[in-house]
Amino acid sequence: MNARKKASLLLSYLLLTVFFILFVFPFFLMIVNSFKTNGQILENPFSLPASLSFGHFSQVIEQMNFFVSFRNTVVITFVSVLFIGIFSAMTAYYMVRRADKFNNGLFALMVASMIIPFQSIMIPLIYIYGAKLHWIDAAPIPLLIVLYIGFGSALSVFMYHGFVKSIPYELEEASLLDGCTRPQTFFRIVLPMLSPTSVTIAILNVLWIWNDYLLPSLVLTEDRYFTMPIKMKVFNGTYMNDWELLIPALLLTILPILIAYLFGQRFIIRGVSQGAIK
Amino acid sequence: MISEKSFLKRLGSQLFFTGPTILLFAIAVLVPFVYGLYLTFTNMSSPLSPLEFAGLSNYRTAFADSRFWDSLILTVKFVVATVILINILGFVLAYLVTSGVKLQNFFRTSLFTPNLIGGLVLGYIWQFIFVQTLPSIGEKLGIEWLRLGWLGDEHLAFWAIVIVSIWQSAGYMMIIFVAGLVNVPKDVMEAATIDGANGWHKLRKVTLPLMVPSFVVTVFLTLKNAFMVYDINYSLTGGGPYDSTTMVSMQVVKKAFIENNYGVGQAEAFILFAIVALITGLQVYFSKKMEVAA
Repeated sequence: MNARKKASLLLSYLLLTVFFILFVFPFFLMIVNSFKTNGQILENPFSLPASLSFGHFSQVIEQMNFFVSFRNTVVITFVSVLFIGIFSAMTAYYMVRRADKFNNGLFALMVASMIIPFQSIMIPLIYIYGAKLHWIDAAPIPLLIVLYIGFGSALSVFMYHGFVKSIPYELEEASLLDGCTRPQTFFRIVLPMLSPTSVTIAILNVLWIWNDYLLPSLVLTEDRYFTMPIKMKVFNGTYMNDWELLIPALLLTILPILIAYLFGQRFIIRGVSQGAIK
Repeated sequence: MISEKSFLKRLGSQLFFTGPTILLFAIAVLVPFVYGLYLTFTNMSSPLSPLEFAGLSNYRTAFADSRFWDSLILTVKFVVATVILINILGFVLAYLVTSGVKLQNFFRTSLFTPNLIGGLVLGYIWQFIFVQTLPSIGEKLGIEWLRLGWLGDEHLAFWAIVIVSIWQSAGYMMIIFVAGLVNVPKDVMEAATIDGANGWHKLRKVTLPLMVPSFVVTVFLTLKNAFMVYDINYSLTGGGPYDSTTMVSMQVVKKAFIENNYGVGQAEAFILFAIVALITGLQVYFSKKMEVAA
């Protein structure tokens, strides 16, 4: 390795370290300041905490009703992601295997719909399902899940569509000849073969739904239905600039997804990069 | 390849496989979109009062609404700033990460982390930085522009939103660029080296042209995200100070749900849709033309 190459590699390390610090610093601030009192935070936000007291955490968990909003977020995310996956895979499979006018047209319509910003349909959404049909009052969480499946289906069908094309039809023929029905063939033969794509799609959908704010803030109006981002917003309004409570609350809100990232980072990074290439 | 004989059987499997998606897609997207178009031609004084036909008056009101124009111009400024800066930083990070350093995975993983967290929560985290941390650094080091509260200043508040958006998205674009950089063929690079091209030349004449497909994706994503920005806008500045950072999504939300003017709000939302569709469409069309084969 010559001197110039060494120098440029050194520069890479240097720059990456600087960016690393810039990118991770806000998380560092959240962690060190969540153990401090307001006085200590104002005095020096960078100092390490004098002692590890979890007092503020338990206070926040209680006042935020943390476990209720955590459960709501988990249920909404899990059910939506599961059904987006199953329904989209079924649809994409059928569209590839019977590419008639109707299915091709439907596919084109769904792909084109991906350009619609959520803001352009949220007002009619609230008007129809709120003021007209009252689904928002009657069953907000099921309605939210139904909407997520509907919104998520276009991208997921599109991604599955690309993958189903690469599966040879002979495998299905064999299974059909053995007397399996078409749905059985799909669930036993095709769906398992789609699992790498399913993982990618599920990861993208989890990141979207888990963190989504605008749609749930319009649909969920009662405290007991709130997801974590909405709860955080309410908490921030109540304890404006009361950092000794806000910072532990923020840390608690981001903790579940950070822990998931710690264990599944390889899948998440791969999912994101494959999701974008398609 | 599917060829059920009887019509009923065919209809049955069509319904079984595509029925749920069609139904839910219609509920969430198709019906609201068509109904939204209808709403823009109607008047309603409150969400509960009946609709009256109003012709084009909502569009006229929207075009005459100076707040809407202000928010649109601000959004365009935001789009230009973030699309350029996020793509540059994302590419630089990807280039550095793949430049042969050890710990490549470590850097990639940590630089992506901000993207795991939603804009709303990120905004609150950065509020602490802009309100508490930066002023405290400025105080200690005597740096005047850090000591000022950025979020209370009409110009700096805008750049605060830009900075947080860059911080959130650069890691995501980096991942996409890394996937593209890994696919730049080794033999082409070697040929360029043998021909005497230096690092800068190779980057400009070989790598960047081959990276156009990645840029098509990243520019599309950053464009669309920037036009639709809401969460960070809402939690970081709330549109303030003095309404100076209200971008178009927030303007639509305010018009519809705070002023209860569904018709005009929806007309403004459709103008946003038309702009986004036009610009992203043009972008994909023109950048596809720039693609080269290795």
